[in-house]
Amino acid sequence: MSALCDVEAPPCDPLARARALHWLLAGGLALAAMASLQVGAVDVSLSAMLAKLVQGEALSQMERVVLLDIRLPRLAMGVLVGAALAVSGAAMQGLFRNPLADPGIVGVGAGAGLGAILAIVLGAFLPVWVIDLTGNQLTPFAAFLGGWGSTILLYRVSTRHGRTSVATMLLAGIALGALAGALSGILVYIADDQQLRDLTFWGLGSLAGASWAKVLSAGPLIVLSVGAALMLGRGLNGLALGEATAAHIGIDVQRMKSIAILAVAGATGAAVAVSGGIGFIGIVVPHLLRLASGPDHRALLLNSALLGATLLILADVIARVVIAPAELPIGIVTAVLGAPVFLWILLKRRGLVEL
Amino acid sequence: MSLIAENIRVSYGPREALRGVDLTAAPGEVTAIVGPNGSGKSTLLGAITASLPFRGRVRLNGRDIAAMKPWDLAAKRAVLPQASRLAFPFKVIEVVRLGLQSGTAGDRPEVPMQALARVGLAHYANRTFQELSGGEAQRVMLARVLCQVWAPVEDGQPRWLLLDEPVSSLDIAHQLQVMAIARDFARAGGGVIAVMHDLNLTALFSDRVAVLAEGQCLAFGTPPEVLTDETLSRAYGCALRVSAPPPAGVPYILPHAATA
Ligand SMILES: Nc1ncnc2c1ncn2[C@@H]1O[C@H](COP(=O)(O)OP(=O)(O)OP(=O)(O)O)[C@@H](O)[C@H]1O
Ligand SMILES: [Mg+2]
Repeated sequence: MSALCDVEAPPCDPLARARALHWLLAGGLALAAMASLQVGAVDVSLSAMLAKLVQGEALSQMERVVLLDIRLPRLAMGVLVGAALAVSGAAMQGLFRNPLADPGIVGVGAGAGLGAILAIVLGAFLPVWVIDLTGNQLTPFAAFLGGWGSTILLYRVSTRHGRTSVATMLLAGIALGALAGALSGILVYIADDQQLRDLTFWGLGSLAGASWAKVLSAGPLIVLSVGAALMLGRGLNGLALGEATAAHIGIDVQRMKSIAILAVAGATGAAVAVSGGIGFIGIVVPHLLRLASGPDHRALLLNSALLGATLLILADVIARVVIAPAELPIGIVTAVLGAPVFLWILLKRRGLVEL
Repeated sequence: MSLIAENIRVSYGPREALRGVDLTAAPGEVTAIVGPNGSGKSTLLGAITASLPFRGRVRLNGRDIAAMKPWDLAAKRAVLPQASRLAFPFKVIEVVRLGLQSGTAGDRPEVPMQALARVGLAHYANRTFQELSGGEAQRVMLARVLCQVWAPVEDGQPRWLLLDEPVSSLDIAHQLQVMAIARDFARAGGGVIAVMHDLNLTALFSDRVAVLAEGQCLAFGTPPEVLTDETLSRAYGCALRVSAPPPAGVPYILPHAATA
């Protein structure tokens, strides 16, 4: 960290530096987005299409479909999911005052997983009209309900006399996770082979099912939740001093906690519902950014959104090209690339990684 | 325009930590709260700062704090906790600026550096807070608190410094420096309430002293009125002798220096 600011110099302004990073990261996101439109199983490239457009030639039917109906919604979903996961991670870490917290702590992951498994294994027993009601998207729908429901339950359990205990929430989250895991285990036991395959792939996450319908159903909630979370910068900074001190400097701590928890449940719940379980983004991205530009949440949250979106898009590009025309689950890519990078940073920074 | 706590009662579960305490602090004065460990000093400060549920009433500049919003309170009083831990590796200057964002000096970016200079840590601005020593950290927190109520009087109303053991981990020079900061704040028209363990500093710097013992106020008054053999011995449960140096010109010999 000391490289950031010279100890003898006039007072540094880490916030200004972190805000300058917004532009750099936005540029990175733009480049990643172009790469994502350029690359794919079908040999249709963005550059060739742009050249055609410039020369006034019409795009072929196939080019249209690939670009507008396959790659563009996939890109949009990648941006939404990546931003949602990374911002949720940063917000949770600020709320729990712990750099290891991730959205899973508020029970979203466990609940969403259980919801998805229920839908995959028992969905066939549901009357047809229920499945029609969800627009044939029973699994995402159930995952979202499961994630949201478990967060609300946790929030209820840990709120007494209008005050939410973050520590209780953590412990109750572990209990709830164990319970959801056990129920999932029972369902796995009775699942048939095809369902087991579906389950495994759901758990590894993928953007392969991206469609405009999914983008439009998850998008508004993610945008709203991420937007709300971005407003929490000042309050989360105060919370770094502890709940009592945060209140002393004028922050409505309880209101902030409620907003943070609901925003994280909304953003992560929707993201997990449309993309399955994608790990690592929520922990690695905020941590990298704190190392690069300090912990000020007023810049950290937006930077997390930008970097999270960028990394997820890049991971998706890799997932698409490595074994093309088949695809890797994106969760494998984020873990295989994210884990070594994370370990390397931890080793290099040993002693400086403050908890 | 005072800070008045009336009949404050606080229970932690079945145990009563405060059993009906009254305290009036006037602006322009340093009011000290002393008493043995566990007598309820921090708890009383907690009630006055609205950080824990209590029965009774606290009025700040004539308004009931129960009816005031967090940001409203933050503009009128700043609180130094007994101990603080910071969660992320913020720079010292960032920590001090946290006091700025809630106070009313928000449009005066030079205030944090002035506050750091006031506690003698101007050259620490770019250090990481978590790497500071205990005493340095305590002084940085004081700078943050000073930032929040930088002007002791605003809109004709006094502002308040509420300090829980502000000198507990400081060396003697910085104890004097910090107490002088508190006294100057009061002399400029602000109000100060400080929880103290050092009775000599209390006698030196405070205008009023409240002695707490077992959740009750044993005595309240000026230091000469309150710091007596009888009151202190009762409060602390051990025989204490208060002495005053003789008037100038009279030689006196302390037996401490004698060698057998
Ligand atoms: N959170 C709590 N839960 C239960 N009991 C508490 C709690 N905080 C304080 N107490 C009890 O209330 C009493 C008063 O505590 P308080 O912290 O006010 O003491 P104090 O006068 O500030 O002591 P010290 O000089 O050690 O700081 C003590 O008996 C303490 O054990
Ligand atoms: Mg105390």
